Amino acid sequence: MSFINYSAREINCKIVYYGPGLCGKTTNLQLIYKKTRPESKGKMITLATETERTLFFDFLPIALGDIKGFKTRFHLYTVPGQIFYDASRKLILKGVDGIVFVADSQVERMDANIESFDNMKTNLEEQGYKLDQIPYVIQYNKRDLADVLPVPELKKVLNTNGVPDFEAVAYDGTGVFETLKAVVKLVLIELKKGA
Amino acid sequence: MPQSPFVLYDEEYQEITGVIEKLLRESNSKCVYLVDKDGQLISATGETKDIDATSLASLTAGNIAATGGLAKIIGEKEFSILFHEGERDNLHISVVGQRVILVVIFDKRSSLGLVRLRVKKASEDLGKSLQKLLAKMAAGAEQENVLKEITDDDIERLFH
Repeated sequence: MSFINYSAREINCKIVYYGPGLCGKTTNLQLIYKKTRPESKGKMITLATETERTLFFDFLPIALGDIKGFKTRFHLYTVPGQIFYDASRKLILKGVDGIVFVADSQVERMDANIESFDNMKTNLEEQGYKLDQIPYVIQYNKRDLADVLPVPELKKVLNTNGVPDFEAVAYDGTGVFETLKAVVKLVLIELKKGA
Repeated sequence: MPQSPFVLYDEEYQEITGVIEKLLRESNSKCVYLVDKDGQLISATGETKDIDATSLASLTAGNIAATGGLAKIIGEKEFSILFHEGERDNLHISVVGQRVILVVIFDKRSSLGLVRLRVKKASEDLGKSLQKLLAKMAAGAEQENVLKEITDDDIERLFH
C-alpha cells in the first residue's frame, strides 16, 4: 500500500519481484543497486541462506526524483522463489503496489514459471487482491542462454492479460531498468486513478 | 485493486511525533521509531543519525509479519510485543492499533520495565491519533491531493 507523507513530502510505494527459484529476482535488484547513483539508493538488505538463496526477502529502497514537489521513493522487495517458502512469500506480498514477475526463459523451467505464476495469483487472492487489478509487468529473463523458449511461446502462457513485458539478461543489465520503469509507471498511473 | 494509500497529514504527523518524543524522554531511551506495518517509516526521534532508518523500518515490518505468521501457527492472533536483548542496546517492538509498529531502542540508562510502562501509555495516545487519521483518510480529507494532479508528463519526466 502506498504511503503518502504530506509532512515529509514523500510518496512511497512497494514493488515486489516474484518468480520461480533461481530466475534472477535478486540479480535484478543487485543490478539496480549497482547502477543507481549513491544519493538515490539506500542500503540493499539480503536475507539469504549460506548458499545465497533468498530466505526471507531482499530489500532495496530507491528514490526516483520529484513529482509536484513530492519525492518518489520505491521499496523493491524480492520473494524467496523456492516452493517451500510460501509462508514468507505471502508476508512480502502484503501491501504491494506493483509486481514484476520474473520468468526463467529456459525450456526446462517453464513448469516452474507456471507454478510460480499460479502461486502468485493464489497468494494475492488470499489477501483480497485480484491479479488483473494490480499493476504488474513480466520479464523473460536469461535470454542469453542456449536452451530458451521463443518469446511468443512464453507470452502465450504467462502474459494472457497482455501487460507490458520485457526480454532480459539480468546479470548484465539488459532489460532490467526497462522492466523497473514500466512497473513504476503503472503504479503511479494506478495511484492517480485511485485519487 | 491495491488498498488505498496510507496518507499522513502534517497535523497528525506533528501529533504523532509529539507522542514519540514524550515517550523518548519519559522512558529514557536512545531513540524511538514509528513504522507502518508495510515497512514505511512514519516518524523517528532521538539519536537516530547513525541508524539506517529505512532498513530498520523494513526489517521491523518483516519481523512483525514473520512473528505474526508464527502466532497464527500456534493459534494466537498476534504477538503484540517483541523484545530483543543485545550486549549494549535493546529493542522493544510493539504493535499499536493493529496498524503501526512502535520501536524503542534503549540501553542501560533505562530498563525493560520502564520502557514497557511508558510504551503502554504512548500506545494509547498513538491509537487515538491513528483513529483520527484513519477517519480523515476515510472521509477523503479535503486537503490538497497530490495524486490527482500527477500528469503523464510528470511520470515520464522521472526517467529522464
